[in-house]
Amino acid sequence: MKRYFFTLSILAALFLSISPPTVAQEKFITIASTTSTVNSGLMDAINPLFEKKTGIKVRMLSVGTGQAVRLARDGDVDVLLVHHRPSEDKFVADGHGVKRYDVMYNDFVIVGPEEDPAKIVSVGEARGAMIRIAESKSLFLSRGDDSGTHKRELTLWGMAGIDIAGFSGQWYRETGSGMGATLNAAFAMGAYTLADRGTWLSFRNRAGMAVMVEGDPPLHNPYGIMLVNPAKHPHVKAAMGQQYIDWIVSPQGQAAIAAFTVEGQQLFHPNARQTQGS
Amino acid sequence: MTDIGNAFIQAFELVVGLDPDLAEIVLLSLKVSLLAVFLATAIGLPLGAAVALFRFPGRGGVIVLLNALMGLPPVVVGLVVYLTLSRAGPLGVFGLLFTPTAMIIAQVLLVTPIIAALTRQVIEDLWSEYEEQLRSLGAGPARAVPALLWDGRYTLLTTVLAGFGRASAEVGAVMMVGGNIDHVTRVMTTAIALEVSKGDLALALGLGVILIVLSGTVNAAAFMLKEAAIRKHG
Repeated sequence: MKRYFFTLSILAALFLSISPPTVAQEKFITIASTTSTVNSGLMDAINPLFEKKTGIKVRMLSVGTGQAVRLARDGDVDVLLVHHRPSEDKFVADGHGVKRYDVMYNDFVIVGPEEDPAKIVSVGEARGAMIRIAESKSLFLSRGDDSGTHKRELTLWGMAGIDIAGFSGQWYRETGSGMGATLNAAFAMGAYTLADRGTWLSFRNRAGMAVMVEGDPPLHNPYGIMLVNPAKHPHVKAAMGQQYIDWIVSPQGQAAIAAFTVEGQQLFHPNARQTQGS
Repeated sequence: MTDIGNAFIQAFELVVGLDPDLAEIVLLSLKVSLLAVFLATAIGLPLGAAVALFRFPGRGGVIVLLNALMGLPPVVVGLVVYLTLSRAGPLGVFGLLFTPTAMIIAQVLLVTPIIAALTRQVIEDLWSEYEEQLRSLGAGPARAVPALLWDGRYTLLTTVLAGFGRASAEVGAVMMVGGNIDHVTRVMTTAIALEVSKGDLALALGLGVILIVLSGTVNAAAFMLKEAAIRKHG
């Protein structure tokens, strides 16, 4: 019987050791954000400064913008940090969020195989590049996952006057997965895809791929942050969530964003103060 | 080829360097999966034995159902648990979404049918072998349960290990209900998925190597316990 007592006490110890994080002793907030801010390493770089200053731990969920908005709408997170302005404005207008703040921006890039089969490098702007890809029926991978990047890509096809849904499964392929998985697939197939610069620069598996089109205004990619409305979800940690928002738009938070680099390149450009108080 | 070679180097470096983040992830993986398997065993063994020994209407249907549930897709279990635990769901008030508890709940749902279905088969076989003998001793199905579970303990250990294999290897459910939050709900499989999405395939595979070694260690420990028990008790 001693043996069983021993086994049981190990299991009891496991139970006890697992309970602390579930009973909220620790002060923390949960933020739903996108793969571009989390997987690029930005959040790992700046959040410790906030945690040190306030003692509030930040738990990051890294999902597509569509899913992040859904999580926030259901009240499963305290703060939403995403990059699709129409969704953000609707979120606030519908009363799910309190107020939207500008935080930072970066840009999207069209990446593809270095051989550039559709010859889009010389085009130099997004709309024309999309038209050339469609005309040459070059492989293009779409996220197809309702993320901010996916929504932007659909906007670009719309600008080019191409009804993209008709080509799905032919040269236009929807991976239905995250930016990283889509880049891996694009790399394997020699396809073009739209990526946010943050994920692209911090992505490790990109030999043979290069940026084809960048710096065009339709590729501008702003991020907004908002508190989930405590009037709709009373359990939302409104005070701590607002503390985080106030911090990230403060000079200290903005400086931390600007200081974050990957391979010597700045990934995100803070722009909070330009529109504060609006 | 270079990635595969690098994977072993990275795995080796992580283990030798006693990377604290890795230790935390490994420990959480073990905690979640071991607890889930323990709870699933506590439910699955009696359930499987009961279905094996008692005759009731719809028993055939229950057996088919248990066997079919062994193939439950983790991502579907994850989705159901997610919708249940979400603040907008029926159990939302407990705030369990994105905690290790949510991951354990999902894994219990995945592992219990495996343990119950395999236990049912093991106990039914033993019962058909010993039924006459047990009945002559005056033991009906109800009283035979503990004796048969004890008699089948070594086979049942394999059943439990199959359950552990399922729990420690699945990624779909824990990703969805745990959220892969650093230092809170990140386990081996979700960490691997994350590194793949960052394009760091060598590190991802390195973590995979460690996960396989870990699973091997748990199984080896179970094997040695069993051997020791056989030597002692016969």
